[in-house]
Amino acid sequence: MNRATLDLWVGLFVAIGLAALLFLALKVGNLATSSSGETYRLQARFDNIGGLKVRAAVKSAGVVVGRVTEIKFDSKDYVAVVGMQLDQRYQFPRDTFATINTSGLLGEQYIGMEVGGDPEVFKDGDTVKKTQSAVVLEKLISQFMFSKASEETGKK
Amino acid sequence: MANRFAQALTSLGEKVTSRIWRLGFAARFLFMTLVYSGTALRRFQLTIREIYFSGVQSLIIIMVSGLFVGMVLGLQGYDTLQRYGSSEALGILVALSLVRELGPVVAALLFASRAGSAITAEIGLMKATEQLSAMEMMAVNPIARVVAPRFWAGVISMPMLAALFSAMGIFGGYLVGVQLIGVDEGSFWSQMQATVDFREDIINGVIKSFVFGIIISWIAVFEGYDSEPTAEGVSGATTRTVVTSSLAILAADFILTALMFRGF
Repeated sequence: MNRATLDLWVGLFVAIGLAALLFLALKVGNLATSSSGETYRLQARFDNIGGLKVRAAVKSAGVVVGRVTEIKFDSKDYVAVVGMQLDQRYQFPRDTFATINTSGLLGEQYIGMEVGGDPEVFKDGDTVKKTQSAVVLEKLISQFMFSKASEETGKK
Repeated sequence: MANRFAQALTSLGEKVTSRIWRLGFAARFLFMTLVYSGTALRRFQLTIREIYFSGVQSLIIIMVSGLFVGMVLGLQGYDTLQRYGSSEALGILVALSLVRELGPVVAALLFASRAGSAITAEIGLMKATEQLSAMEMMAVNPIARVVAPRFWAGVISMPMLAALFSAMGIFGGYLVGVQLIGVDEGSFWSQMQATVDFREDIINGVIKSFVFGIIISWIAVFEGYDSEPTAEGVSGATTRTVVTSSLAILAADFILTALMFRGF
């Protein structure tokens, strides 16, 4: 096989390999959607974060506007401190509610931003004041069972 | 009795020593390959020739296996996921298992048996027919001229082949999941994109296949260079290449996975 044909085949091979990588990056991965540039950081303090994980989505009206970047435990106040990175394009009023929601009954947990009416918006490094903890399913069930049981004993 | 025991102990010790000696030689050999790779990179035509033989000629087997592995993942994944009513997560399952594990590992296993064995057999036969000695007589360093180009060709080809394997596998999963079974196409891709992270999953997969490429090429060229210059010696070395590199790939995969995906 002469040199030119060899080069052509190897060039084709490298091109196919790079195309596969590009396909993985853009179509399979989130390179196209995530980190479109400018972000700002917010913090929120929750009594209970349930099963929230790092890299979970931050959504507002169902649209992903950012990601959870870190989760720490504040040993002074005994609360969870969640660090978030939000897209600079999306600004939120300072009285926005941060709630921990679950997608579906058993789905992943994410942070939902419920927008308030304050004319001022969050700046980089701000802390979200109003938060609502995750709903722990076990607690709900046990509350329901206890109330049921007390109803039963009340009837007798 | 005591004599036989002593004999067994001696042979055990001898085996251990020879293994360690070989390991040391292999490490020295890798170092020499790296030192003498100047020629392989300067006269890149040598490496391109080897990329053709180990990379381009593995394309068909890698693409076809990737397609079938993805199609099987689609079928099996759907069967399990639909029990929990979450068949839309099929895209996540197919993409993550391919990009993180199956792509690099299966492509590396195929590459070891397709290209690694060929490299060993070629170098071993060169040694058996005294071509390597002839080169030395002509003041051509066989490590620079024969070994290093093959080593670098393997290292360069492996990540490409693994990425191609993953891409074909995802396409196979799409064919079975969306076209054949009828999972919703939009949620198949969108859930996949929402979950698969570029740095965390794809780059780590590429790093894995790069490490596997180094392991396979190293073992293949070393076994060829170290083989006994006889017909049996070459065949034994070829077998050892496939066995050792397969085990090394799986062991290295465990270590890399433990380092990369510890969970949070």
